[in-house]
Formats: sequence, C-alpha cells, structure tokens
Amino acid sequence: MLLEALTLQLGYNATLVTIGAALLGLAAGATGTFLFLGKRALVSDAISHATLPGVALAFMAMVALGGDGRALPGLLLGSAISSAVGLLCVSALTNRTRLSEDAAIGAVLSVFFGLGVVLLTVIQSMSSGRQAGLESFLLGSTAGMLWTDALVIALGGALVLALVALLRRPMTMVAFDPEFAAGAGMNVRRIELAMMGLALAITVVGLKIVGLILIVALLIIPAVAARFWSERVDHVVLLAGGIGGVSGYVGAAISATAPGLPTGPIVVLVAFGLFALSLVLAPGRGVLAAILRHRRFQARVHVRQGLLALAQGQPIYEPLTLRLMRGRGLIRADGVATKAGRAQAARALLDERRWQLLRSDPAHEEAAAHYDGLTPLESVLTPDQLRALDRGLRPGDVQAGALQ
Amino acid sequence: MQVATEQGQARDAESPLDIRGLTVTYGEKPAVFSVDARFAPGVMTAIVGPNGAGKSTLLKAALGIVRPVSGQVKAWGRPIAAGRARIAYVPQRASVDWDFPTRVIDVVLMGQYRQLGLLRRVRTRHMEAAFDSLRRVGMDGFAERQIGQLSGGQQQRVFLARALAQGADLYLLDEPFAGVDAATEKAIIDVLKDLRGKGKTVVAVHHDLGTVPEYFDRVLLINTTRIAEGPVAGTFTQDNLQKAYGGRLATAQMSALA
Repeated sequence: MLLEALTLQLGYNATLVTIGAALLGLAAGATGTFLFLGKRALVSDAISHATLPGVALAFMAMVALGGDGRALPGLLLGSAISSAVGLLCVSALTNRTRLSEDAAIGAVLSVFFGLGVVLLTVIQSMSSGRQAGLESFLLGSTAGMLWTDALVIALGGALVLALVALLRRPMTMVAFDPEFAAGAGMNVRRIELAMMGLALAITVVGLKIVGLILIVALLIIPAVAARFWSERVDHVVLLAGGIGGVSGYVGAAISATAPGLPTGPIVVLVAFGLFALSLVLAPGRGVLAAILRHRRFQARVHVRQGLLALAQGQPIYEPLTLRLMRGRGLIRADGVATKAGRAQAARALLDERRWQLLRSDPAHEEAAAHYDGLTPLESVLTPDQLRALDRGLRPGDVQAGALQ
Repeated sequence: MQVATEQGQARDAESPLDIRGLTVTYGEKPAVFSVDARFAPGVMTAIVGPNGAGKSTLLKAALGIVRPVSGQVKAWGRPIAAGRARIAYVPQRASVDWDFPTRVIDVVLMGQYRQLGLLRRVRTRHMEAAFDSLRRVGMDGFAERQIGQLSGGQQQRVFLARALAQGADLYLLDEPFAGVDAATEKAIIDVLKDLRGKGKTVVAVHHDLGTVPEYFDRVLLINTTRIAEGPVAGTFTQDNLQKAYGGRLATAQMSALA
C-alpha cells in the first residue's frame, strides 16, 4: 500500500496532494533556511497565526458579494493580507517601541489568532454560505483538493523558490552580518521584510495542505536538520529544500494509505524523523560524531598523561589510563613499562620540555598558540627551528629523547 | 604652479568623511551629541574615548547603520550614499555569530557584493581578488576553513580581508585590535600603514591609549561630545585626555603616556 502511494498509484487526488506537498516542502525548506540563519524563526509563527482573521474575513466578503465563500484564491488573498498586517505589526512594535521581538511576536500571534477564532464563530452562526470546512485551515485538509488548488500551490511555490534564488546573496549577508550589509549600502530592513515576505508566501500557499499551525515546522525543521550536514550556506539551502521536499512527498504518501490520516501532521512527523536522523548521525555536528570525537580526545589525553608519568617514574592510578596504555602495549599487565612504552614516554617528555621552553619565549608567540598538550612540536616547527630550540634545553632532556 | 596649488587645496577640501553636528540618541539619552569631525585624507586617524563615549556609534551613524537625530554626513563633499562604493567598514568582531555556516573565502567574497550583484557568477578574477585580500592579512592558507574554527585574531583578519576586497578609498574600523594576539595586531597595523602608503584614508576606533602615538597620525577624542581633534603630537595630550576620561584614567597611566 505504501509502495503504491510512493509511486503515485493511489488515484488522482492522492497524486495531486503528494506532488503538491513535495513542492511545498521544497520551497518551504529553502525559504526557512534564511529565517533560521537570521535567527528569525519565530517570526514565521506570528505570520502563520495572523492568517486566520484574513481567511474568515475573506469568506465573509465573498459571501456578502453573493458567492459561496470557499474559493481558494480568495481565501488565500485574505490570509495574505492579514498576515502581512501582522508582520508589519511585529516589525513596527520591534523597531518603534522598546518591546523586544519575541514579545512583539507573542502579542501579535495571540491577538490575531484570537480574532480569527472569534470571526470563525461568527461565521458558524451565519445562515448563508457553506461555512463547513473553514477550520480545516488550522491543520490543513487535503480531502477535496482540486486541480486548481494544486496549481495554485505549485505556481506559488515555484515563484517563491525563484525569488529565494534571486535574493540569496543579500539575504545571506544580512543574516550573517547586518551591520556590514548596512555599511555597504544595503537596505537591511527591506531585505529582512523580503525574507519574511517569502515566508509569508509559503505560509499562505501551504494553508491548504499543512494548515497554519504546523507550517512553521515545515519552514524551520528542514533548515535545522540540513545545518547538521554542511558548513556552507548554499549547501544548507539546497539540503533543506531536499529534506522539505522528501518530507512533503513521503508524508503525503503515507497519509494517503489510510482514510482519516491527516496530511499536514504526518508531513511534519516525517520531517522530524529526518531531523532526528541528522541530529544523531551527521558527521561533524551530529551527536554520535561528537561523542566519538570526545572519546578519542579523552583517550589521547589519558595516554599522554600516562606516558609523562612513566617518563618521570610516577605511579599511574587512573583505571582508564591503565586500560588504554595496556591496550596500546605501552605497559604490561602488572603496570611496568614495555620497551615501546619507555621509548614513547621519553619522546613525550622531550616534547613537553620543548613546549615549555617555547612557551616561555615571547619570540615564539605564534607557534605557542598551537599548544594544546597533545600536538607534537615536530608538527608545528621545522626541523631547523627544532634544532635551534633544542640548544636551549638542559643536556639531560635531549639525551633522553635521543635514546630511541 | 598656481594651478597645482589650487588643485591641491581643492582636494584637501574634499574630506573623505565630514561629519557636522551629529547627534545620536538611544531612547532620550544621547550617545553622541553634536559632534563635528572632519577626517583628513591619506592619513590614519584614531577615535579615542572612554567606554560608552559613543565612538562606535559615531561610525555607525556616519554610515547610516543607526539613524541619527540630527546632523549631516558627507563623503568627499557629497552625500554619503554617493560615496558608498569607496567606503569599507569593518564592524566589531563580536557583532556576528561565528557559528554561521560559511567559509573564510565566502566571507571575503561578501566584500565584492557590488561587483557580483544578485546573480553574477563568481569568476576567477573575483576569486583572485579575494585570495589577494587574504594574502595581505596572512590568511590565504585558511580560505576553505569554516569560520567557527578561527581564533579571535584570525576572525579579525578575515573581517579586514573582506574590507580590502571592496577596494575602497576610506576604511572605517571599529576596534580592530580588541582581543587579538600580538601577531595579528602587527599584521593589521602593517596592512593599515600600507593602505595609508597608497593614499587611502584610515579611521579606527581605538581603545589602547599606549599605542596611539605609534600607530596613528591624527586623533579624535570624544566623550559624547567632541573633546579635541588634530595631529597626535599636539592633540593627544595629558590635558585633553583628562578632559575626555575625567577621573576614569589613573594618574599613573596619564604620566606614563605623557
């Protein structure tokens, strides 16, 4: 069943929804990356909640004009207008008052959402229009998706993607260093508004499939997941688009396999699954890699300390140090140094003495910055420099090192 | 001869950065109050004053990064917007998130935004200019490095390289020597002196009073208001420092400087 869903064999409606969700996820992931990198992720929460009064007012207006009130383009236009008002409110509250942005977001989000809920209640008591189903914009509903709905989503997503590609350089610069961008003559506020305007467009386009409460997840989770895999903005943007697209596609396919499975929440759960995988498995920034790196580092520190203790004839007490040194064949089971252990210990001691000498000499300040207790000095200085340095050592030190 | 002198004077009249009556407030408390500053071309000027004296704010307001309450700023005798392509700004290192996913070379390429625009591809000449800037600050071996792996001094050098890549005539630096190692300090001052040698103008907010006479030609002393401006020899005096710092500068420090 899932295989059929993934290969788009579950009928017309399921196919439309799956392709629509994939396109939406792609555009949302790429757009959301800039919000995330600019530390403006929560703005999208205010934007999405501010769509609700617009949806309700657009419905009322269309009914008043004699329509049935459920034409998607009209509802989306209304939601776009009211979330734009919400966005400008957040921007004005942040820039013109002493409120911080998080407080402004909280205020706008709750007031607009509350107003929307009140308006929905009013609509429910209206006698005209087919009001049933407006609440579906809260969590998305794909049951009755039409070809035109899918077209609106596809065109909107493609337009947003094109604008993201066009504005990627200024958006990156503003996200990284707004002061430099302003100094170079960029209109930082306008670029930030454009960035949030694109998030707004994604929100509006995604209302039908994912709904306004969960669209934030589709903007932010792919970017956060992608960040684990790359250290380059352009790669993070592409990866986030990919993760968003896959989430949309797979999520919609899963929800098509059984009646009553909601599309939006499942798309978000799939995105979360990819995030969790990235969190654990990504090389470099992932949790697993970090643990392994730490363990390796810890082992190096213990062995180094053990070697220095051997060289200076001090006893080693720590069980981990003993275990590691036994494992490397540096000491015997009874704790006595092997031949290899003695050689390495002498070398470690010489290295340590050299470092001490180097770090006490201001002329070597640049090289001394490499000191971390582990790096051998041979990898920092040239052989010539090393010989010059050795002339400052006490005779015993060099001999000890020259033994092996 | 006559003509040449007149031209020379005309060029002199065109200060790269001319600030008149600049006032910037945070809330209603002025950070900078009615400051006049006319930076001389082709020399290095230090902006000096105690913490919270409005040194950084003065630079930011001159560039339009913060909006002044009043005042006029001109670059080469024309509105600042007309001169932007010739001005490079080096913000404080601490003003950005160094965990941002970007490499050293990408940061330096940001300095060439004016040439690259929205969509133009990064070509060999852009890369060469970026690498050249990195070489001048001694960081060409770090181009592919993620910026989060750099030390404080290396970060500052990358910021300077980004400004160099702009190919500007006026360089405004905000505390370029704050928290950097001695090797970086030397590398930066060498680059700045080299710029001066090429006729560029350098203005730097500077916090280390001890190195002012060694590094700079002129000094602007401010403490919210302008205290004094002029050649280091006649302006960077105990008397003026006392006026700028008040009791905040220990007498011992003062006599060490004088």
